Amino acid sequence: MTSVCAIAIQNLTKDYGDTKAVDNLSLSISEAEVFGLLGPNGAGKSTTINCLTGLLKPTAGTIQVGGFDVGTEGSKVREILGVSPQETAIYSHLTGRENVRLFGALYSVPKEKLDASVDKMMEKVGLMDEADRRVGKCSGGMKRRVSIAMALVQNPRIVLLDEPTVGMDPQSRRAIWDFVMELRDEGKTIVLTTHYMEEAEELCDRVGIIDHGRLIELGSPAELKAKYGTKNLEDVFIQLTGRRIREGA
Amino acid sequence: MKLGRALALAKKDWKKMLREPAFLFIIILFPLVLTVAFGTSFGAVGGSQSPAYNIAVVNLGVAGNFTPSHQFAQALEATGALKVQYVSENQTAQSALSQGQIQGVLLLPASFDASVQSFKTYPSEPGRWVNSTVSLYLDKGSLLSAQVIPSVVEQTLGRAILGAKTVAPAVPVSVSSPSLVKVQATSVFATFAPGLFAFASIYMIMMVAQSYTTERENGLLSRIVVTPATSADVIMGSVISYLVIGLVQAILVFLCVYGLGYRPVAGLAGLLVGFGIVTIFALCNIGFGLITAAISKSAGAATGISFLFLMPQLFLGTFVGTALSSTAQAVGRFVPAYYVTDALTSLFTRGAVATSQTVLTDLAVVSASSVVILLIGIQVFKRFGRP
Repeated sequence: MTSVCAIAIQNLTKDYGDTKAVDNLSLSISEAEVFGLLGPNGAGKSTTINCLTGLLKPTAGTIQVGGFDVGTEGSKVREILGVSPQETAIYSHLTGRENVRLFGALYSVPKEKLDASVDKMMEKVGLMDEADRRVGKCSGGMKRRVSIAMALVQNPRIVLLDEPTVGMDPQSRRAIWDFVMELRDEGKTIVLTTHYMEEAEELCDRVGIIDHGRLIELGSPAELKAKYGTKNLEDVFIQLTGRRIREGA
Repeated sequence: MKLGRALALAKKDWKKMLREPAFLFIIILFPLVLTVAFGTSFGAVGGSQSPAYNIAVVNLGVAGNFTPSHQFAQALEATGALKVQYVSENQTAQSALSQGQIQGVLLLPASFDASVQSFKTYPSEPGRWVNSTVSLYLDKGSLLSAQVIPSVVEQTLGRAILGAKTVAPAVPVSVSSPSLVKVQATSVFATFAPGLFAFASIYMIMMVAQSYTTERENGLLSRIVVTPATSADVIMGSVISYLVIGLVQAILVFLCVYGLGYRPVAGLAGLLVGFGIVTIFALCNIGFGLITAAISKSAGAATGISFLFLMPQLFLGTFVGTALSSTAQAVGRFVPAYYVTDALTSLFTRGAVATSQTVLTDLAVVSASSVVILLIGIQVFKRFGRP
């Protein structure tokens, strides 16, 4: 069976002055695939994600999302993309439900469907009981879950989750994992970045490891473990990127 | 642009105003507290009363304490409706009138004393009277003063000087309405009250700048940018929310000053136009707020930088400006808030009709400058302030 390409990145380069944040990156992600973008701090993961969303303009190269060119058909790309950014970008003076509802309105979810979509999302991220609590008073994990619900309220075809479980307790993390699996079963394409290798192993069909802006390895967790003769993905990651501690980007 | 998106963003701002104490304080409570403080210090509550209309009397004849012209001026003051300033030169008086410092100029000709004297000596022989003309110059934008001052002058001239019940033909005075109009006494607070509306509104600059910089710092603007919402949706959301906030501010300040004894002389149309001007002025403050947000790297910096736009408007365009020198007041003509205060003063205090030239000019200046500043703000923010 031929897989349909959901995201196609061709020779993506992003320079900041003399620094190459992303260096000639080419990558193809299939529909209904969960793809993990892994790398140490400052490797270029967030820059790649920001180029995918159209937030950053590439120095060179092209990106197609859902068959639309990010550079020239940005509005169409934004219609089919749900983004949960690295920082917990939510309105602290609004409740969880109000935050999700606001983003539903921004994605033009029809009024008659909006309340049901919001409730469904709050249910999915396990926040139904806390839906009417102002998020400024919620824990970091709860804020994270609200943020994910905001990215998914419009039922997007393609989902970008930038470190979705950072700061969460094991229970919340498991809930998000289950949710991601559910999304994959629904046929959504998911790109996630994470520093938790067990998370990538658990969720991702394939992972791409990038360092210094370059894609240095690509494959399924099982393939990579077999290739490098390790028991887990973290060892593969350490082998490829070294033990030196990196500064955050 | 989709109205649904803009409204959703506007609702988010309204909730912020109601739920965040700092926002609520600066936008609503601070202007109200200041209004109450001014009202109790200078208003009817404090009992500091002064006559409603200031007029300058220019005597072109011989000065003297017992001359008919001096007695006439004293009689005008004694009515309690007018406060008389003696000015030696017509040019000085006309200048004060044109700057809005007084509401009228009464020019007594050199033959005035002789006219009164001839009337008193030969009351029933008009052929022996010395004819003279008293010239009256009034504030065009003030409907009430145009009604009150001629009437008071006419009555005073007839009763106190000439001793007649009707106006003597030898002293023709231009009078727009011959009837007596009861004059309401006003206070220092009434002079300040129109400026309080602009004062309340200008703090919007700080709030808009803080909102945008905070949302940029928290990654919220980036997040909105990657949704289908366009820049136009975001800006329209701000415009809708702050127009409503501006209107709410105007209504609250109005209720506050009314509760403190200030009675605007405007009718419903005047009030609506007044509130409309204050509401339109919100666009100007959004524009300045966007410029501030564009050049500020953090919400803290935005607070400080917003004062660059806020202070000139505060000192030159609100109630503070009424106490400034004529030079400072002339400079004030370059800030939009000046025209808001001027329009509200014309409507609420002078009783100008909504369609008077002064009000329409002020409305045009406020509308045009607000739209231009908003457009500049949008462009500057797009270029320098986007995430």
